[in-house]
Amino acid sequence: MTAATGQVAEQAERAGSPRQRRRRRARASRGDARLALWLILPTVALLAAVIGYPVIYAVVQSLKLDKADAGLDATGFFQSGGKYVGSKYYSYWFNCGSKCPNGTTGHEFWPAVSTTVIFTVITVIFEVVLGTVMALVMHRAFRGRSLVRAAILVPWAIPTAVTALMWKYMFQPHGVINAVLGTHIIWTGSEWPARWAVIIADVWKTTPFIALLVLAGLQVIPDELYESAKVDGASAWQRFFSLTLPLVKPALLVAALFRILDVLRIYDLPAILTGGANNTTTLSILAVDELRSSPNSAAALSTITFVFIFVVAFILVRIFSVNVVQTQARTVKA
Amino acid sequence: MTAVATEAQSARPQRATPIRRRRKFDPRALGRGLGIVLIVLWCLAPFYWMVVASLRQVDFTFDSTPYPKHVTFDNFRAIFKGNNHFGRALINSIVIGSVVTVLAMIVGVFAAYAIARLHFRGKFAVLGLILAASMFPGVALVTPLFQFFSNLGWLGTYQALIIPDLSFALPLCVYVLSSFFTQMPWELEQAAKVDGASPGQAFRMVILPIAAPGLFTAAILVFLSVWNEYLLASQLSNNDPNVSPVTVAIAGFTGSDPKVVPFTSIMAAGVVVTIPLVIVVLLFQRRIVSGLTAGGVKG
Repeated sequence: MTAATGQVAEQAERAGSPRQRRRRRARASRGDARLALWLILPTVALLAAVIGYPVIYAVVQSLKLDKADAGLDATGFFQSGGKYVGSKYYSYWFNCGSKCPNGTTGHEFWPAVSTTVIFTVITVIFEVVLGTVMALVMHRAFRGRSLVRAAILVPWAIPTAVTALMWKYMFQPHGVINAVLGTHIIWTGSEWPARWAVIIADVWKTTPFIALLVLAGLQVIPDELYESAKVDGASAWQRFFSLTLPLVKPALLVAALFRILDVLRIYDLPAILTGGANNTTTLSILAVDELRSSPNSAAALSTITFVFIFVVAFILVRIFSVNVVQTQARTVKA
Repeated sequence: MTAVATEAQSARPQRATPIRRRRKFDPRALGRGLGIVLIVLWCLAPFYWMVVASLRQVDFTFDSTPYPKHVTFDNFRAIFKGNNHFGRALINSIVIGSVVTVLAMIVGVFAAYAIARLHFRGKFAVLGLILAASMFPGVALVTPLFQFFSNLGWLGTYQALIIPDLSFALPLCVYVLSSFFTQMPWELEQAAKVDGASPGQAFRMVILPIAAPGLFTAAILVFLSVWNEYLLASQLSNNDPNVSPVTVAIAGFTGSDPKVVPFTSIMAAGVVVTIPLVIVVLLFQRRIVSGLTAGGVKG
């Protein structure tokens, strides 16, 4: 592990692994299982405490009346805080729509859903395409490869909060982006420019990461495959579409899936860059906005967001038929 | 961006060209070089602009000279003065980051060892659980934890900022570590024992030195992810400058005139927060890249 790294070393490890695995399996015993249980228990217990418990707490709270909403109900009965009210807050989010007056959070729910989905679709498409292109350029480049890799890690390393402020500065009316483009757009002042500002900042920050993942996928494709495809008379485009793309597809799909789940929960960038103004309020921002005025209804919204992301993840795993765990496990076990 | 795309397309035909043939002048190599330049520019230009802006006098905030002009270090001095509590925030971030990293490593190292080295039923379930945990939306934690911690009177305390961070730090740690552990030449442990080393000696003198780089990389990745966290910290710190980390402090920066956003100071603070990360990342780039792509869970 001294060369903690070179791809060569990695490949060598991978090559030797089936034998090791068989040997290990032969050794496997009940003792292994018991030891594993004790080793894994602290992690699982801690995750149950910091994730499982709060989530259950949130679901329970979302079904109870908020203290802020305690008082006489429509029929004149007194409702105290903490009483179970079932789907009250869920229907506040789902059914509010045009019924709620402008300016209430319920009114913003469906716009927030569409904003979140729009952000997700556009950024992920850009990131996957650009990330693949970057990876292909890096893969073929021998000179300057370490320079590119260093450069590519910079956007990844910068905290999202700083990224947001940096782009906010550049997107100012007198900022450098208008100067370079020769435009006078007030980027954070209206709907689509504000959205594009968020999208561009997110693409800038995350594309390099996708490129790294795809590059890792490219590097395990043996050169001989390309040689023989070339001998068989495949054009460059054919080689790309029938060789490269299918072979990096698993890596690409997993990267895309992670990105989709990541953008669906996006908070930092729009919250700091636009403050959620001009229809850049995402589900996460809306839930946080609601937090201080009505915690229980915020809990309902965060539960909705969580379930939404979970369902999307489930559907995508089915559609893409990516076995994320296995793909991850393979890299873990290889 | 379209330029990047065309560059890469012209670079694609290069795929099968053996390395040795590159000695001759090749127009496609030129295109490839251009692609590289564009990628580097795309990645570094905004960062460069932040550095340049941090060196500008306040009156020239929106000057668009592409190099440092009207240079001053006042911005860097200013951020440590006034009521922005930036120095304090730096210390808070270091404290929170270190504690979370140490806790996650101590707990995670055992789970990673089990996943990498032991055979047991339900390994996939454990992996799936940990993976799901790492993709968990922060907003689904921030609402219950906000209520929960405010009931306990913990809002604006270190523990309220440290404990929730384990929700993403621990899964990341387990993934990166387990991928490193599986790649380690464990046979050496056996070899050392054959050569007469006690189990303790084999661990201390053989296994530990080989495992150190992996442990170190995992620690860096976890520390970075905690250092960059914003959502949980922005709510659970309750805007208390005594515990707020840098991300929260910078986002809340105000200048002497509250109506004017002090961009030059913000950029200076951004540079102070970012430069150490960039240096660490560049020093250990090979390791970080292999850690990221092997355990590649989160950006």
